[in-house]
Amino acid sequence: MNIHEYQAKELLSTFGVPVPAGSVAFNSTQARQAAEELGGNRWVVKAQIHAGGRGKAGGVKVVATLDEVQKAADAMIGSKLVTHQTGPEGSIVQRVWVEQASQIKKEFYLGFVIDRGTQRITLIASSEGGMDIEEVANKTPELIITEVVDPAIGLRDFQCRKVATAIGLKGKLMSQSVKLMKAIYRAMRDTDALQAEINPLAVVGSEGEERLMVLDAKFNFDDNALYRQKQITEMRDLAEEDPKEVEASGHGLNYIALDGNIGCIVNGAGLAMASLDAITLHGGKPANFLDVGGGASPEKVTNACRIVLEDPNVKCILVNIFAGINRCDWIAKGLIQACESLNIKVPLIVRLAGTNVEEGRKILAESGLSFITAENLDAAASKAVAIVKG
Amino acid sequence: MSVFVNKNSKVIFQGFTGEHATFHAQDAIKMGTQVVGGVTPGKGGTTHLGLPVFDTVAEAVAATGADVSAVFVPPPFNADALMEAIDAGIKVAVTIADGIPIHDMVQLQRYRIGKDAIIIGPNTPGIITPGECKVGIMPSNIYKKGNIGIVSRSGTLNYEATEQMAALGLGVTTSVGIGGDPVNGTDFVTVLKAFEEDPETEVVVMIGEIGGPQEVAAARWAKENMSKPLIGFVAGIAAPPGRRMGHAGAIISNESDTASAKMDAMEELGHYVARNPAHIGETVLRAMKERNIPIR
Repeated sequence: MNIHEYQAKELLSTFGVPVPAGSVAFNSTQARQAAEELGGNRWVVKAQIHAGGRGKAGGVKVVATLDEVQKAADAMIGSKLVTHQTGPEGSIVQRVWVEQASQIKKEFYLGFVIDRGTQRITLIASSEGGMDIEEVANKTPELIITEVVDPAIGLRDFQCRKVATAIGLKGKLMSQSVKLMKAIYRAMRDTDALQAEINPLAVVGSEGEERLMVLDAKFNFDDNALYRQKQITEMRDLAEEDPKEVEASGHGLNYIALDGNIGCIVNGAGLAMASLDAITLHGGKPANFLDVGGGASPEKVTNACRIVLEDPNVKCILVNIFAGINRCDWIAKGLIQACESLNIKVPLIVRLAGTNVEEGRKILAESGLSFITAENLDAAASKAVAIVKG
Repeated sequence: MSVFVNKNSKVIFQGFTGEHATFHAQDAIKMGTQVVGGVTPGKGGTTHLGLPVFDTVAEAVAATGADVSAVFVPPPFNADALMEAIDAGIKVAVTIADGIPIHDMVQLQRYRIGKDAIIIGPNTPGIITPGECKVGIMPSNIYKKGNIGIVSRSGTLNYEATEQMAALGLGVTTSVGIGGDPVNGTDFVTVLKAFEEDPETEVVVMIGEIGGPQEVAAARWAKENMSKPLIGFVAGIAAPPGRRMGHAGAIISNESDTASAKMDAMEELGHYVARNPAHIGETVLRAMKERNIPIR
């Protein structure tokens, strides 16, 4: 689960991490009011969408008058922001964050991830802040500093000092950075975050008064831990998610829309991926990824068919089931129920294997409906591709 | 022979009296697995499926001599159940649960250090040595005895490969599902090492997927350390970047996470690679012919 930048800043602030004073606004009048209350003479208006790359796409404006605050907010709210992370369809801006502009002296990168190699939380830091960190890692890997955290001991002061020294934070800034890194680590642990990214972490303030400030923050949380993260769950913004994916997950289905025309209904994530692969290798294009999971009841299969068919591009559906805890007879009954209740017009290519496969095939054969059956994965994929190619 | 579990393994079920554990314990017993009891806190002293139920794993181990545990405990309590199994001296714990919080797994991996236990999973169908021992939820009837070791992240893709091989008369020594989570108890290298040391395993099949560095690390290890041929496939050729494809761990975060990059690396290291998921069985057969390994 993702949250907005302003929510991440509010969260960090509760852990004692310095962030600029700011306020969220849902319309331009609110934005103007927010700026007025914040005071000062320069503000930043930032579009709040979950995708990164907002600055380059026009979603971040630095302004010097209240009129400009209002104008910037007006232009952003309701507009479609297309960044390299949103894809061409973009994302509609529903709210903006207005904050006091900071005098930036230098920018750093700070991130915490769960590293899959070490299977531990790893701190990643760089003196090259404000840039795409993957680009930095590719071009100048020597500027990426990493420090692995022992989960039983936690992030230690000396580790933070090591990182601070490596990225060039000295004197008072070093001691500030130790407190800040430890606070972000604590925030990540306490909220079951998968990732906490601060980019940039900035040095702000006048000569002799320099201090660290988090200017942008991104958090990503473990869906499997939301049951124990009530406060985090309340920050979820469904407007940022694909409504079909949300609906599918409500039915216990894992659905991801793709841009092809062969609908897919498969059990198990691995076999579902392999089915998309087989279609692609036969020269076809899958319309979606859909994992019906274990214990697929007839209702679940019907819901799966309905969600797949909501995509107008779908020309046929490939059903590929290798039943372990599933049962082929239930799947077959579900398909018949779906065909009848949804009045399905597109061809269904069905491959069944595993538990109760004979019963399942028999039920399909005796249904009087025109299922196209396939003996194995290869045949199923090739039949589906042949149908869409006519 | 086989790896991790065999006919001498004494298996308990944690969360024994639950619906899923009951169903799969019955199936395991039917296949010949030595199930010796189970654990359900609060139900100690009763019997279930004619077997003793204990409150703690320690009691179960003391009374039955169990050395393997099938952990059918809900995700929020699963890591704790695994620690209990390790603490009680269980040698192989298999955790089926899909949805264990990742920070719990990070803690578990720390807790295990210096303790002699193998953790298989989470988010796995489990492990099976055909005709001897099944600890998991896979359809046991598709696994025939043979000389091929299989290790996979996905469950259903493991079944798929097994069926393709069975259609060509190829059977398995042991099939291990390491699971679809980003932090898992056993990595590919650990399983490859066990297969390399197992005298009955003559060929090894490794089925990976997008996300994480495991497949390439294993392929590198195999080049240096394995005498037996390794056949690989990586699912997710058609997966878009940045999306979690069903499994928590199946996400392309950078170029090296892609299926093609991983398969390219495996091929460059000199391993057999099935580029198409429908060709896993025939690629195994080709490798066996080229290496003069008989079908057993």
